[in-house]
Amino acid sequence: MIYAILRRFGQMLFVMFGISVIVFLIFFATPGADPAARIAGRNASPEVLAAVRHSFGFDQPLYVQYTRMMEKIFVTGDLTSFVNRGWKVVPAVMDSIPVTLSLVFGAAVLWVVVSIIIGIVAAATRDSWLDKLLMALGLLGISMPVYWLGEVMNLITQSRYHDSWAFSWVPPLGYKNFSDDPRGWFLTLVIPWITLAILYIGIYGRVLRAAIIESMQEDYIRTARAKGLSETRILFRHALRTSLIAFVTLFGLDFGALVGGSALLTEVVFGLHGIGKLTYDALQNLDLPMIMATVMYASMFVVIANAVVDFVYILLDPRLRAS
Amino acid sequence: MILSVRDLRVSFRTHDGPVRAIDGVSFDLEESEILGVVGESGSGKTVSLLAVMGLITDPNATIQGSIRYKGRELVGLPPRELRRLRGNEIAMIFQDPMTALTPVYTIGWQIAEQIRAHRGVSKAKAMERVEELLAEVNFPNPHEAMSRYPHQLSGGMRQRAVIAMALSCDPALLVADEPTTALDVTVQAGILDLVRKLRAKHKSAVVFITHDMGVVSELADRVMVMYAGRVVERGTRMELFSDPRHPYTRALLGSIPPLTGQKPRRLPAIPGSPPSLLRLPQGCAFGPRCPVRYEPCESGRPGLGGGAHAAACFRVAQA
Repeated sequence: MIYAILRRFGQMLFVMFGISVIVFLIFFATPGADPAARIAGRNASPEVLAAVRHSFGFDQPLYVQYTRMMEKIFVTGDLTSFVNRGWKVVPAVMDSIPVTLSLVFGAAVLWVVVSIIIGIVAAATRDSWLDKLLMALGLLGISMPVYWLGEVMNLITQSRYHDSWAFSWVPPLGYKNFSDDPRGWFLTLVIPWITLAILYIGIYGRVLRAAIIESMQEDYIRTARAKGLSETRILFRHALRTSLIAFVTLFGLDFGALVGGSALLTEVVFGLHGIGKLTYDALQNLDLPMIMATVMYASMFVVIANAVVDFVYILLDPRLRAS
Repeated sequence: MILSVRDLRVSFRTHDGPVRAIDGVSFDLEESEILGVVGESGSGKTVSLLAVMGLITDPNATIQGSIRYKGRELVGLPPRELRRLRGNEIAMIFQDPMTALTPVYTIGWQIAEQIRAHRGVSKAKAMERVEELLAEVNFPNPHEAMSRYPHQLSGGMRQRAVIAMALSCDPALLVADEPTTALDVTVQAGILDLVRKLRAKHKSAVVFITHDMGVVSELADRVMVMYAGRVVERGTRMELFSDPRHPYTRALLGSIPPLTGQKPRRLPAIPGSPPSLLRLPQGCAFGPRCPVRYEPCESGRPGLGGGAHAAACFRVAQA
């Protein structure tokens, strides 16, 4: 068991190392990608260019630059931005993490609960008008781009109907720390949670419905019927349990990606300064240290999410326990 | 009389038109009797017994006729009532033990689930019973086996677990749908032994579906041969094996390799293949493959007629 965990941990480290090397090479070693030229700006004289190169250490061999950057991220934690010199990158990432985690966790709770309910109801009432309605709504949710939906939400809750009884509780955009103001934290995040969750509710509801309907064709469901169990029990204990595997796979991938910065559009629309926004700004400025730090952080979450998924698999499916 | 089926008809609506999978099947089953149901794939053996169990869930299916269990009509019985019988008084063993158990629960849990669905007993009591049952179906270490998952057991073991599950509520009627087909021959023999022993102990009547004449000859008291959704011959085991009347039964028996005498160079096979239920031939469904067909076979379908040993064949009626 301990060996398995250690091996898993080693794999995670290896994946993160690979990602860091690839990202580093994309920005430093791609032909035409000279970081010094980018920092110095257009029409910089060769002297200025040389000075920048020396000052940022670009005249060192690549592996030295790489090692130094990794050391500054993981050991000393004092990596500074190329664009805004003196701005420490690691604390900036650390400050953004709670914002993104709050957003994604809340949305994930919402979409898991709602989509499980929708998937079960739709599968249980298969081909009825209710099933068709739920699936149509799901498709609608999937089709609405989150930046558009977010703006519409803002239009309704912040502007048009803000003074009505329904939305007067909605605080202005922005993030409030949970430790300072738990109520404010919750209220500011409700609308972003719903906005982000709608897409995933649509996807997960449909996936779960399909998985349940597929398991209902299995031989063991016929056995369960032959045992004289009620349809409800068959659905929950036998069909749902085996259908959750596909659901968990999908969740691990989506959750990892969102925490790693894919919630960017939601963050921007709702003025939440999370990891996505940080990465986006860094990419705009080609601020390599910041990109490197956010990518390392994101890859860490994706890798961890995958490890958690594997663990949940083992809980869900005893067939995976032996190997 | 445990079970009395009269003129059972099951048809399915399909894209290519209605298919009559079961066309007027009648049979009776006495207490603790073993009835062997024989036929090729698609002859309607399984569908007729699924109808008895009320397990045809296809919304395109219609079931007509009468199925009486201990005098009680099952066709048209509300699902709730039917559920009370299923697993409790009528139990079923399925063909493929590999897929018949839910993969994510231990076999002890799954057997206890059935007991608790029909008997108001505590979990601990149910588990005690599970252990007894597993011992009864010859698990070497029943206590340990209870906590095993299906994938940790061999096919034969799983089938034993399924049998233990079927017997958990002492059913009066046990329907076994090819329970030995997916197993090795040695394991098969063990399972057949088990069925015989359990019949003696639990006094259950058994309907044993198979396409294996050898299995029938070992186990069944009476035999029913099916072809294209109808019963073509019925009789006691002795009658059927010593005096097969329907050409199909004779052909089936003829395709078993003999144990004594000269080894035939080639085993005789029945020419052709079973007809599609969508396009049944005019007249006798077996006609196109029959070695002794003659004029009357082209026009009408022969009836089974009365009598304990009967065959649905014009030649037999003529003789």
